Amino acid sequence: MLDLNTKKIKKNAYRITKVRGETASRIRIPGGLLTADLLPKIQEIAETYGNGRIHLTTRQGFEIPGIRYEDMDAVNTLLQPIIDQLEINQVIPGKGYTASGTRNVSACIGSNTCPFANYNTTDFAKKMEKEIFPNDLHFKVAFTGCANDCIKTRMHDFGIIGMTEPQYDKDRCVNCQACVKACKQKSVDALSVENYKIVRDAAKCVGCGECVINCPTRAWTRSTKKYYRLVIMGRTGKRNPRLAEDYLVWTDEAAIIKIVKNTYKFVKEYIDTTAPGGKEHIGYIIDRVGFKEFEKWALDGVEFDEKTIVKGPVYWSGPHYD
Amino acid sequence: MGYQINKTKMNTLFTDLLENYTIYAPKRFVGGGTFADTDCIRYGEISTLEEIEFSEKSDYSFKEVLLPISETLFYFTEAVMKESDPPLKEAIVFLRSCDLHSLNRLDTIYLKNGPVDPYYKRLRDHTHFILMGCENTFENCFCVSMGTNQSTNYDAYIKVTAEEVLIDSHWNLLDQALANAQPFTVVPDSVSINNISVEIPESIPQSVFDSTLWDDYTARCIACGRCTFVCPTCTCFTMQDLFYSDNGKAGERRRVWASCQVDGYTDVAGGHAFRENKGQRMRFKVMHKISDYKKRFDNQMCTGCGRCDDICPEYISFSNCINKVNALVKEENR
Repeated sequence: MLDLNTKKIKKNAYRITKVRGETASRIRIPGGLLTADLLPKIQEIAETYGNGRIHLTTRQGFEIPGIRYEDMDAVNTLLQPIIDQLEINQVIPGKGYTASGTRNVSACIGSNTCPFANYNTTDFAKKMEKEIFPNDLHFKVAFTGCANDCIKTRMHDFGIIGMTEPQYDKDRCVNCQACVKACKQKSVDALSVENYKIVRDAAKCVGCGECVINCPTRAWTRSTKKYYRLVIMGRTGKRNPRLAEDYLVWTDEAAIIKIVKNTYKFVKEYIDTTAPGGKEHIGYIIDRVGFKEFEKWALDGVEFDEKTIVKGPVYWSGPHYD
Repeated sequence: MGYQINKTKMNTLFTDLLENYTIYAPKRFVGGGTFADTDCIRYGEISTLEEIEFSEKSDYSFKEVLLPISETLFYFTEAVMKESDPPLKEAIVFLRSCDLHSLNRLDTIYLKNGPVDPYYKRLRDHTHFILMGCENTFENCFCVSMGTNQSTNYDAYIKVTAEEVLIDSHWNLLDQALANAQPFTVVPDSVSINNISVEIPESIPQSVFDSTLWDDYTARCIACGRCTFVCPTCTCFTMQDLFYSDNGKAGERRRVWASCQVDGYTDVAGGHAFRENKGQRMRFKVMHKISDYKKRFDNQMCTGCGRCDDICPEYISFSNCINKVNALVKEENR
């Protein structure tokens, strides 16, 4: 007779499924990038202990359904080389994932491949995963290379959108206006022409990098520093789904990591202890205690880059069904 | 005279030269590329040997030293006009054999094609050229087909080995500076084979102008002009007269690179543009490089550096187009 602690099982990244006796194993792939040699290992788990199928999760992980609860130890053994190779923080080696609350940190394909990406999303996602996992608190963080936001960071608790500050060398400009056209047609129309040279409306510019990408003479280049737009507290769900709103613009890596880590302390302090499964979305906690209190905790010890614009207090929209 | 000296001495020589010369060489601009975390190799001022990028082909050519991308020719206010000052120092330019042949094309256009261009001449007369060797061909080079793989008309040739610097000097100034250096026989590295070869037809019949060959480029080309901006032999410019925004009585005239591929090049009074079709622009460029220029000046304009093919974001190949034209001409002549 099965005698299971479902709470422990869930924290070990197994699902309590609708099929009695069967679980599913969730494999986290920080930044959504893995080497192909891991696929046969995932295949082996699915074929040996699962039902031979693999679900691609929306957070860029793999979910292997059809596993018998009795086989979890054996599956954990097979997961170990995957956990090791992806350098996932783990408390007890050989025992599978230490937590599941903080979800896989996902990322668009980023500057490894995409011409539009303003930074290496995979690297930053892995760095963030190292900082925040394992943790039982329900946090969703995603990284996207540019304002196109292919990974949909605006549906996350923390969304990091890459920016570059365009640098203009007027002596290399031939007034072909490729940048002006690209900015107008693909971005926010922040460029204009004055005396045959380009003027950038810095207040309007979203740092997408289209001017740099389209410049044929290297008159536009990227800033040495990498900048980010930090959008916060987007969510899906029953009560009030909403898109994340801008909190910081032209911020940097250190500030983002610090703010996310500080938010864990904030959640620990204010989470509804009666919440089902100990799970309450951060956004609802902020709705309850107020943005100012969240900000007080979030910004503790945070140092801003001189270019950073703080957009608080943040107000969100989205339909309210409650 | 050929010499061998060590790198430290070479850098000391550079320091001495910098008193009277600005040294331009292909240089790696880290993070200066189109995409995130990519570099750009283009011409810039250098002061040490180590700053010169010897191992890769530059994305942009040396031409911007003699033909600045945006150059103020003169300033004007009310009844007075003043020409811009020439640079205070002479220039030294490091370049490869194909580019040294390209210098001949620039000279032809600016010095021998009608009146001498004084703004080009004032830079050209005070520039010295140092050849960089090519041990191997780069992707897309077709210098061998164009006969530009070797050069002898350099002021000096410089090769950097693991420990030493080899110099072949045709320049008195260097010979004097290297009087105490160890004599050494130095022969410039040059390639004798490329991955790409082209065959240019002797003459191109009118029918090629109307060929459907060009239609493909109408669909593919985005008219960005990169192929012409990186080209060491493209020489077109446009004029910009402007009045300073905070003093409408003073202003300047600039000349700025122009491109036959970019919108606006064929704009005429009345708003008409007579070569809007991108396939026609490609035809115009190709014909200029491999036919029209030669009709006037007896050699081909293109020097086979292949930068146009390296940089085209739409993967349009100029060398491939030459060969397509050649095949078409052969077909016609059959």
